[in-house]
Amino acid sequence: MSYEANLRVWRGDADGGELQDFTVTVNEGEVVLDILHRLQATQTPDLAVRWNCKAGKCGSCSAEVNGRPRLMCLTRMGTFEPDESITITPLRAFPVVRDLVTDVSYNYDKAREMPPFVPPERDADGNHRMQQIDVERSQEFRKCIECFLCQDVCHVVRDHEDNKPAFAGPRYLMRLAELDMHPLDGVDRRRLAQDHFGLGMCNITKCCSEVCPEGIKITDNALIPMKERVVDRKYVPPTWLGNAIRRRRQ
Amino acid sequence: MADLERHDYDVVVIGAGGAGLRAAIEAHERGARTAVVCKSLLGKAHTVMAEGGIAAAMGNVYPEDNWRVHFRDTMRGGKMLNHWRMAQLHAQEAPARVRELEDWGALFDRTPDGLISQRDFGGHRYARLAHVGDRTGLELIRTLQQRTVALGIDVFMECTVTRLLTADDGAISGAFAYRRDSGQFLAFRAPAVVLATGGIGKSYTVTSNSWEYTGDGHSLALAAGASLINMEFLQFHPTGMVWPPSVRGILVTESVRGDGGVLKNAAGNRFMFDYIPDYFRKETAETEEEADRWYTDKKNNRRPPELLPRDEVARAINSEVKADRGSPHGGVFLDIASRRDADYVQKRLPSMYHQFKELAEVDITAEAMEVGPTCHYVMGGVEVHPETAAASVTGLFAAGEVAGGMHGSNRLGGNSLSDLLVFGRRAGTAAAGHAASAPAAALSETALAEAETAALAPFGRQGGENPYTVQHDLQEAMNSLVGIIRTAAEVEQALERIAELKVRVQALTVAGGRHYNPGWHLALDLPHMLRVSECVARAALERQESRGGHTREDFPGPREEWGQLNVLCTLFGDGIGLHRKPLPGMPPELAEIFEESG
Ligand SMILES: Cc1cc2nc3c(=O)[nH]c(=O)nc-3n(C[C@H](O)[C@H](O)[C@H](O)COP(=O)(O)OP(=O)(O)OC[C@H]3O[C@@H](n4cnc5c(N)ncnc54)[C@H](O)[C@@H]3O)c2cc1C
Ligand code: SF4
Ligand code: SF4
Ligand code: FES
Repeated sequence: MSYEANLRVWRGDADGGELQDFTVTVNEGEVVLDILHRLQATQTPDLAVRWNCKAGKCGSCSAEVNGRPRLMCLTRMGTFEPDESITITPLRAFPVVRDLVTDVSYNYDKAREMPPFVPPERDADGNHRMQQIDVERSQEFRKCIECFLCQDVCHVVRDHEDNKPAFAGPRYLMRLAELDMHPLDGVDRRRLAQDHFGLGMCNITKCCSEVCPEGIKITDNALIPMKERVVDRKYVPPTWLGNAIRRRRQ
Repeated sequence: MADLERHDYDVVVIGAGGAGLRAAIEAHERGARTAVVCKSLLGKAHTVMAEGGIAAAMGNVYPEDNWRVHFRDTMRGGKMLNHWRMAQLHAQEAPARVRELEDWGALFDRTPDGLISQRDFGGHRYARLAHVGDRTGLELIRTLQQRTVALGIDVFMECTVTRLLTADDGAISGAFAYRRDSGQFLAFRAPAVVLATGGIGKSYTVTSNSWEYTGDGHSLALAAGASLINMEFLQFHPTGMVWPPSVRGILVTESVRGDGGVLKNAAGNRFMFDYIPDYFRKETAETEEEADRWYTDKKNNRRPPELLPRDEVARAINSEVKADRGSPHGGVFLDIASRRDADYVQKRLPSMYHQFKELAEVDITAEAMEVGPTCHYVMGGVEVHPETAAASVTGLFAAGEVAGGMHGSNRLGGNSLSDLLVFGRRAGTAAAGHAASAPAAALSETALAEAETAALAPFGRQGGENPYTVQHDLQEAMNSLVGIIRTAAEVEQALERIAELKVRVQALTVAGGRHYNPGWHLALDLPHMLRVSECVARAALERQESRGGHTREDFPGPREEWGQLNVLCTLFGDGIGLHRKPLPGMPPELAEIFEESG
């Protein structure tokens, strides 16, 4: 069942680095992250790699496998031919810290710029009331595990470092849509989405949606509706009407 | 120490899971200058992995539910070893803690009336777990994370605390840490430190826990002079994945059973009916028909035995496997496919569906899962004051999994997330209060220099073994000798192995430099793992009975006299000292609750 795989792993730091070749044992059912752990335990104890849950829930183990942004804990070795050499490199859109670990502070900076959620008063009995159908739209976006694969793949920043200050990336544009569709939120962030977070720079290529490990339809369900809302600020889709009225009442 | 980065705060919270973030939010809101320090990136702590839900007697689905019933379930689940006052505060305050998450943007699943929906879980009399599909922990941590960011609280990500610093009078004065990316050292000066570091499961081979769970907070508290309570009680969750080997231990949420899934052995029998203990017989269904009716009519039927507390179910699975009635890969079958339609399963359990599909190539809407026990949660932890979460060391507080007492000998599912919120908030309040009245002592330069020397020691040695080997051997020892079923002889053997490993840790060497070096990080975690493993083993040897998450083959069943005693661990030179301490007496108005009919 076991075989020896050829791995090419990028090793280095901010000053540069290179792909290094390794031969590592692979057992049935293993994922790329298992193989890197075996490398650490047997050949390269200082190999830098992030992980936590090993089950696709925390979004820590993002890297590029044969050039594709992926979660290494969900990338099964079985999807490659045993004689294929597998290349693992750090996320390209972010500065390297060491080996496969990148400096993802761009994302945390954007999160800090986000105007927070503002709820209405609770009902007299201390509850907020919302219907399942109304929460589901934003719930889809709240499945986000902040793996930043979409941020890595989006061409607006992937090849244009200088766009970063003006563009929040799909994850945070989606966060704006999430708040906009939140049944309780009372802030209009549409102008901000356009002027400050760079929604207009997205040209709906859908590359972000394709890499999302949570299968979130980022472009179709978050970005495009948000763009429509920004373009016609007077237009209020029927599903939001009820909330808008309720909000005005308060 | 010129290259030391120094910071001054009122409250330093170590840990950015549910407990740490909730504590930080509260301390900040009470005016304390607050910092959070955590080993991973913000939003990646263990809390993110929690699946099933947050237990709170909100009564949204069953109006009959109230804090007294939740209190009773919690105490009975913990086999009455819980600190009654913690269990009471927890049951009383959990609903308010869940509701306030909605003010911060959380979006729970709803009832038809638009309230927060609640689901069934083992040991809870009523459907009580507020949830979002099977990704409740993600919702919880993201909500608290976004609140923390909105309040502008300082977060030191990817920083590991290696020591707590104390003043001459023994009170907390701060903490010493290193940045994982650069290897840079940091000193925090603060009169109040909240430990919210989570659990210890990484000392076991088969576990649902991540690399972070090396028991740092337990060990730091011991070193600062605090005591640990209930360390013999480890929760082996009955349903971890068993196949393929690389995913062994990864959790399969209890919601699968709460939502209708059943356990079967190789012969296709629902074996849990053969393992109903007398203690729970009155409230458990006797036939499959009654059990199945319970899902829709809870008033006239009793709960299925699959939903007994976790310790009971884990032991039953263990026995089936030992008796050769298990599944092909050494587990048993968990079947929801034949009982609920595919749509329902995908809607209620989307992340389980995804997890099995991706990692095991199993479609859980079409076939049964293979599951077996996995080391999941430590009931034991820092002994704290129930109202304030204060440890016995002045200025030290502990909340969440690192704290002990709340769950007694066994935790009910869903009671951890609520525990994080209730006692995280209480710790934040008390820490801010303490900081307001206690000035921060100056840090001892000698202590800082010592901490730095200790952290760099592994680089100075040559030719030793690598830290991964030592960790592997510890995991093997704990897994095989202090696991789900224990005997004196095996635990003694484990203690011998731990003693040898302590020597090996002193000699191991680390390759590479200080920049993001996981080998070095592990070398610094290992002494914590060994210290905490020793506590587990010593306490397990001491308690000569079986109760909750501690099963002694040589002392089967609970013993009356042990039902009145806690085992406490303290640091004693380089070793662990044990004390027995009587349980606090429960006031009569609460004791009454257990006399009411079951
Ligand atoms: C797969 C899984 C599913 C679960 N499902 C449920 C559920 O449905 N319901 C429920 O109630 N419970 C559940 N639990 C249990 C529950 O999730 C945990 O007990 C809980 O999240 C622990 O929270 P915490 O805040 O105490 O610690 P954590 O969330 O683990 O956070 C610990 C923090 O401490 C930091 N830390 C640790 N050591 C140091 C150090 N030396 N220096 C700096 N920082 C440090 C870590 O980086 C981390 O930020 C589940 C657990 C698992 C593993
Ligand atoms: S759809 Fe927009 S955000 Fe997504 S990758 Fe394309 S340009 Fe980027
Ligand atoms: S939206 Fe998807 S790809 Fe982007 S960060 Fe979230 S989970 Fe990752
Ligand atoms: S380790 Fe958590 S997503 Fe891969």
